[in-house]
Amino acid sequence: MGFPHHPHPRETTVLTKHFGEADARTLAGWKKRGGYKALEKALGMQPTDIVNVVKESGLRGRGGAGFPTGLKWSFMKPGDGKPHYLCCNADESEPGTFKDRELMRWTPHALVEGCAIGAYAIGAETAYVYIRGEFTEPLYWMEQAVKEAYAAGIIGKNAMGSGKRIDVHVHKGAGAYICGEETALMESLEGRRGNPRIKPPFPAVSGVFGMPTTINNVETLIAAAPILLNGADWYKKMSLSSPKSTGTKLYSVCGNVQRPGTYEVVMGFPFKEFLYDLCGGPLHGRKFKAVIPGGASVPIQNMEEAEATLMDYEGFVAGGSMLGSGGVIVIDDAQPMVTVIARLARFFAHESCGQCTQCREGTAWTTKILERIRDGEGTVEDLDTLLDIGEQMTGKTICVLSDSCAVPVISGIKKFRGEFEALIQGRRFHPVTAAVA
Amino acid sequence: MTPDLVGGVESPDYASHDRAAHEPYVAVFTGDVKRELDELLTRYPTKMAALLPALWIVQRERGWVSDEGMAEVAGFLDLTPAYVKGVVTFYTMYHQHPVGKYFIQVCTTSPCGICGAEDVVKAFLRHTNTGELGLTSPDGRYTVIEVECLGACGFATPVMINEEFIESVTPDRVPELLARLA
Amino acid sequence: MAEKKMVNLTIEGRPVSVVEGTTILEAAKTAGILIPHYCYHPGLPIAGVCRMCLVEVEKAPKLAPSCATTVAEGQVVRVYSEKSLDARKGVLEMLLINHPLDCPICDQSGECELQDYTYQEGREDSRYREPKRFNPAEDFGGDVIYVPNRCILCTRCVRFMDDVAHDPTLNVSERGDRALIGKFEGKDLTHPWAANVVDLCPVGALLSKDFLNKARAWELDRTASICPNCTQGCNVTMETRENQLVRMRPRPNENVNAFFMCDWGRLNYRWMNEKNRVEKPMVRAKNGLAASSWEAAISAAARALNGKKVFVAASPMLSNESLFLLTELMQGGSGAFRVTEGEEAPLPGVEDLALRRERAANVYGAEKLGFNKTKDLLGGLGQGDVLVIAGEDLAGIDASALARAGDVIVISSVLPEAAGKASVVLPIANYSEEEGTVTNLRGRVQRFTQAKQAPGETRPSWLVLGDLLGAMGKQTNFFLPSEVFAKLASSNTSFAGLSYDSLGFKGLPLVDAPPTHPKAPIAVAAR
Repeated sequence: MGFPHHPHPRETTVLTKHFGEADARTLAGWKKRGGYKALEKALGMQPTDIVNVVKESGLRGRGGAGFPTGLKWSFMKPGDGKPHYLCCNADESEPGTFKDRELMRWTPHALVEGCAIGAYAIGAETAYVYIRGEFTEPLYWMEQAVKEAYAAGIIGKNAMGSGKRIDVHVHKGAGAYICGEETALMESLEGRRGNPRIKPPFPAVSGVFGMPTTINNVETLIAAAPILLNGADWYKKMSLSSPKSTGTKLYSVCGNVQRPGTYEVVMGFPFKEFLYDLCGGPLHGRKFKAVIPGGASVPIQNMEEAEATLMDYEGFVAGGSMLGSGGVIVIDDAQPMVTVIARLARFFAHESCGQCTQCREGTAWTTKILERIRDGEGTVEDLDTLLDIGEQMTGKTICVLSDSCAVPVISGIKKFRGEFEALIQGRRFHPVTAAVA
Repeated sequence: MTPDLVGGVESPDYASHDRAAHEPYVAVFTGDVKRELDELLTRYPTKMAALLPALWIVQRERGWVSDEGMAEVAGFLDLTPAYVKGVVTFYTMYHQHPVGKYFIQVCTTSPCGICGAEDVVKAFLRHTNTGELGLTSPDGRYTVIEVECLGACGFATPVMINEEFIESVTPDRVPELLARLA
Repeated sequence: MAEKKMVNLTIEGRPVSVVEGTTILEAAKTAGILIPHYCYHPGLPIAGVCRMCLVEVEKAPKLAPSCATTVAEGQVVRVYSEKSLDARKGVLEMLLINHPLDCPICDQSGECELQDYTYQEGREDSRYREPKRFNPAEDFGGDVIYVPNRCILCTRCVRFMDDVAHDPTLNVSERGDRALIGKFEGKDLTHPWAANVVDLCPVGALLSKDFLNKARAWELDRTASICPNCTQGCNVTMETRENQLVRMRPRPNENVNAFFMCDWGRLNYRWMNEKNRVEKPMVRAKNGLAASSWEAAISAAARALNGKKVFVAASPMLSNESLFLLTELMQGGSGAFRVTEGEEAPLPGVEDLALRRERAANVYGAEKLGFNKTKDLLGGLGQGDVLVIAGEDLAGIDASALARAGDVIVISSVLPEAAGKASVVLPIANYSEEEGTVTNLRGRVQRFTQAKQAPGETRPSWLVLGDLLGAMGKQTNFFLPSEVFAKLASSNTSFAGLSYDSLGFKGLPLVDAPPTHPKAPIAVAAR
């Protein structure tokens, strides 16, 4: 369903099937729609069998990195005598992305179920759902769903009468994009500043509270339930392209487009048709200029690249970008690219945790230069400086926020250099701001 | 008119509305609220993990998180006030100063920016009489800030007024939204 | 103990073999290569945030932070490859964009790691054209001032207070480029070990109030010594400017003080700059004490001592060498000392490290050499004994006790008030002006060396006592304190086998000292 619009016939609605049905938010309504059947089935299986089914299905992390989910789950060594934890990353903060928000506000029980299945599969008794503080509505629905599930004995001391303990707790964030980075999320959950940790150790060895931990995105966990019910083959077949990209993927579409919203299509769907057909194309009298297809952290595509792209993990890379979080930001010809990119840089500067030098200083410096260019005060050297700062910010820090800031800047300058140069040349005079340094 | 939050310019000045800052501090964690905290502590293997939820409780009860509030939380969770302050200042949603009765956050990150979020901000500033981002209106009712991505980009421009999340706000909807608060 | 596995690797073409689990940064040190770094400190948990220590590891896709990357067999590390140098140049430029270029008025200048590495590897210019960040300086309490504009957010200070002092009074406040080191209003840096954050700060962001604007780093003369202010025996560097002690800072010793020293010990150095000194030997004449030559004074003292029963009231600040020579002087008499006491203040993050209750350097040496620790200093002084006052100020001593003495000889750097009765006064150098050894509370013998010149005709105590013993007809011929120590080692079984050469500048335990564990480098894993 292209929520909030009517579903498009070319969508494949698995996870989004019940969007807009108020009744699906309640336990009764959810059960009526087949809810918790997958959990029931899972609790009758061996955890390793669940992991194998998920592995077989080809499900990959929907948060951005695309790591194979079954493989991630298999890193959790059973019987190591330590408590295991499952963290659900519902800190959806990537600009352009709002699919997890929709999933949680329309199908909260699906997430409770997904968390319970995931926890059971990795040998965890506790799952934490870390939801960003701004998501007041999803928070409300998730808390209701958890409460209902506890009351009905679906989760708790004896989940669905299986004798297994599965606790699900909702944890509210407090305003920090970086807490969507898995190790920062764990730090934040522990009651610390959301500073990403150095890896190794990886979460499966030492995660939250120093214990083996798996972190999965909302969409990933929710997808586990239909996979268990319908089998790995069913999921694998939902792909028009690469065998490495299977199933359906949610895309949140925003920006200058006729029908923004959340769409669910199978892997390998042609991006051109997606943009012009499902999303309704550009606004009246305008033309698409660029697309950021996977949330603000991925390279900007020009339309030539975008229109040739097949929508899956490999397809977006071939198209000069990345699938990322599936947050499609569409930019039309009325938007000055420099302004768009400067505002993105400012976002990253605002959200940098400030640990690593290149990120702390680089994001702010980049922002200042871009805003100067935007305001007509740029110099010719600025573009080279920006590219060089971007280079310094890439691949050198603890997490990838620094890289994420550099990505739109570098790809933006490369693909839309003309717009930058026009602003720089349009300057009447060049006051030489004395280098304070 | 857009305050440059980047680059060391100090965070918004809330001092114009500091009456609450001078009132004597009343402990938050007593009675039912203390029991709420005790229940929270059962969810985590460490006391420290209850820090963010505990701070949320302080903000819910007092409208903001004062130094005294941080010290109180620190005491319950066996932390030092300096540690708690380090955490509070990391996150943007804890108010370290009193704010208006209606705290209005308008998303202006690029996806909303290209859909006209700037005009929504201007409309709010005009209609709330706050004048400047981060300042509280003279009647103590409104504080308007720009906020980074609220995660509802398909519903540009999303606005949060206190806990209420409002989608697809356009400048012409602003007077009606404000009227509803009255 | 199980044999530790060794790992072989190549750093800048040099073969290196280190224990498994060692970081590349530490491994490089063994090859004589100091990889530039800021946040890393061997006494603190690893943070890995400054990104300065990036090096190229062959076959790795990205540059590795050498402080947080452990060695692997066969690894090939390039510290000075183009890629590594370029990355570090980038970090330096970023660290400097908001850093004021106020080196001419910064106390850290000359011993600043930002300066050093910028000269070594940085750009000669900056491409930064925007306004710099500004935050006002803040008094952190204790001895510490914070200048946020110079701060590079390495968080060494925060980690020291959290993980070593176990008193999290500092934090990182705010985030991104607004981040700075903060504290809670009303909670100052009053921890007894807090001033270590000033030493730990690689730049001029944390400054000592005591040292503020006192000297430029390059004007200082530095001397290896031992803190005289308690029985812990922290290894220190005494820093002087124009023959005045202006600062004491810890010198690493994994067996004693790791990398740290307490504030009390650190700031208690002014007594060594005391102006009111005895500068000439004195002998009693008709009208009281009168200046004399060293020869005359020594023979007068020898005459007074010869064949008499002697009681020595010594200071526990004196070296093992001097205390040993004093015992030779006793001729069957005895000696005693007293020691000032204060509250013990441990540094919880380091095993067996504290500001000790007993506030003098050589309490254990004095006891080992047979001096009686007592509160009643002159209790053992018999009627008619010759009293030798060595380094003691006799403060608070009852004059009636002193009256029992048949004669009084003062060997001291400051003239005690009660010394009016003395027949000879022999002026000696104070702790910072001579060389010797002291024995700490765990029986570790450690050398201290001369940090400044003694005033006037003052001589080192071991030399004076050696001359005095010679004048008394004993076999002494000491030209160096090491010779006195050799004599001590050959005559006292506890000191057997020790020599200045073997002690080096980290000391050795007495033969009969209880075993201790080395405490550093502190293997505090990243949290």
